[in-house]
Amino acid sequence: MSEPTALPLIQIRSVTKTFDGVTAVNDVSLDILRGELFAILGSSGCGKTTLLRMLAGFENPTSGRIVIDGVDMTDVPPYERPVNLMFQSYALFPHMTVQQNVAYGLKKERVPEAQIRERVAEMLALVKLGPLAGRKPDKLSGGEKQRVALARALVKRPKLLLLDEPLAALDRKLREHTQFELANLQYQLGTTFVVVTHDQDEAMTLASRIAVMHAGRIAQVGTPGEVYEYPANRYVAGFVGNINLIEGRVAGTANGRLTLHSDALEADLAVACEDPPGPGSELCVAVRPEKITISREAPSNGDRNVVKGVVRDLGYFGDQSLYRVRTRTGAIVQVSAQNLRRSAKLTVEWDDEVFLSWEVGSTILLRS
Amino acid sequence: MSGPSNGGADHSLRWLKRAVAFPYFWLLLFFLAPFLIILKISVADPIIAQPPFTSLLQWGEHGFEGIRVTFANFAFLFQDGYYGIIYLASLKMAAISTLLCLLLGYPMAYYIARQPPQRRQLLLLAVILPFWISFLLRVYAWIGLLNNRGVINDFLIWTGVIHAPIQMLYNDFAVYLGIVYSYLPFMILPLYSNLERMDLDLLDAAADLGARRWRAFVDVTLPISVPGIIGGCLLVFIPAVGEFTIPALLGGADTLMIGRVLWDEFFINRDWPVASAVSVVLLLLLIAPIMWFQRLQSREHEAKS
Repeated sequence: MSEPTALPLIQIRSVTKTFDGVTAVNDVSLDILRGELFAILGSSGCGKTTLLRMLAGFENPTSGRIVIDGVDMTDVPPYERPVNLMFQSYALFPHMTVQQNVAYGLKKERVPEAQIRERVAEMLALVKLGPLAGRKPDKLSGGEKQRVALARALVKRPKLLLLDEPLAALDRKLREHTQFELANLQYQLGTTFVVVTHDQDEAMTLASRIAVMHAGRIAQVGTPGEVYEYPANRYVAGFVGNINLIEGRVAGTANGRLTLHSDALEADLAVACEDPPGPGSELCVAVRPEKITISREAPSNGDRNVVKGVVRDLGYFGDQSLYRVRTRTGAIVQVSAQNLRRSAKLTVEWDDEVFLSWEVGSTILLRS
Repeated sequence: MSGPSNGGADHSLRWLKRAVAFPYFWLLLFFLAPFLIILKISVADPIIAQPPFTSLLQWGEHGFEGIRVTFANFAFLFQDGYYGIIYLASLKMAAISTLLCLLLGYPMAYYIARQPPQRRQLLLLAVILPFWISFLLRVYAWIGLLNNRGVINDFLIWTGVIHAPIQMLYNDFAVYLGIVYSYLPFMILPLYSNLERMDLDLLDAAADLGARRWRAFVDVTLPISVPGIIGGCLLVFIPAVGEFTIPALLGGADTLMIGRVLWDEFFINRDWPVASAVSVVLLLLLIAPIMWFQRLQSREHEAKS
């Protein structure tokens, strides 16, 4: 709908919020672009809900500014913001029908009656709820309630739609379906969506960009691919997806690479690094389970890190298998392998002595 | 034929039936039976005897002779305009008292329901606390306060606001005050339990959709609290219509309430049949709002299931 312009739709500038001396949001700065589907991802208590409530206007920041579409909205009450929120509990008015719920926001805006009817009908058709317009919320299923809440928040054509855990209350099957519907709807309408979630899968599949929050701060902002493949720190690496964390000591440096000695794996690992720290310094690297190849023979082709171990656990999921491999020192490395070839017999079994190897480029250097 | 496990189920079912039957038994014994006795007296003629009314079943020399029923007492109530006026006056007094209780009780219940849980308990205790003192004592206490030589008048004269005592006792004002004071908790408690249950996200949602605080209250809180309002109003209105003690103690000679008429008919005129007819009509007047409320509740229940 609208072209992304240089000016971000939302500018959060060093926003801090404290409740009775407890800091919920700590000096957060964030730009959200026009037309983006942005996710704020974090575990419970990380401050994501507080940040959302400040965007909606239910909380005022202790310090910092929030600018929406060029206008400073820091102290503007919720009923005067071009922002709507879809509540996690949906918060549908129980005494109103679906039609009345969706029409409520337009009535408060004093839109003419005929236009209200038209826009509500249009919105109900968009979320496929037309036939249920006369029902009260307690006669709706969970998925239908979710769509009413969505329609009610979108009918005012907000510049920004906030969604608080939009899929959390749905069962798994419905969630997958709704996830794609939501992304589709956002694409059709071009409205900027900000989704707050604790579910990394939800954030990864829905969002064009993700901000990972931890302890009131932004740990990393990036596309799902960036956050997954290039986590900025240990927290993000551990929170998003499965990962093997490897502690070690720098043994040597050469040609933009360093050699890390890991006692736990009894191996020297090559890690790409532009400005390597001096020998002897402690470092942490990581590698994703799916980047590791497992084999009974020693890998032949070069430029790979290799570790030896014994298969302790094996989980067969049909499409893939998960292995837990133990090194001689007792450290566990997780490996996941796609079962590309059709065969009832696995090439690697319990108690097999195996070689684990991965490309040097797949090794993630974590600086903090 | 049934196995031991089935026998156990039968056993517990029997107990369940008994437990369910108990409230009905209670109603039968303490509500329906007295009502039937009153109804019986209301269709009898007054006589000077012990008891002072004719018997329903007539026994003669040859045994049972028939039933004796008269509607003269009811006809009397409708012919004599006096009773109609008093019924209306009682309904009016009860209605105004109920409205005053609602106007006072709603903000109080709302305030309590929005406090942190621990404070809520304390404030609710304060609402219930007066019940620990006898109702009669509390009404008498008002006499001491409102008297021409009472605490309030003495204080006002002492401060020089007034020079002669204001007549606050033995008039309708005192009766309204007494009823509102006595029945306010019955308004607050059902309202509180309704308002306390409300999902506060709904108010955030209303604000998010463009409603200011007052608007959100009118659009969301008020309609959702309607069952609490109706419950509280019935709990105040029904006993207030038949209230006897408060008008008797605080009211003046011109304060007409049906409870006093009932008393006079029973104990002064010793006309038990007319007194019974008065109370039967009162009951019929009060059953109408109760049935309306029941219908409203069952309709709401239906909507939920």
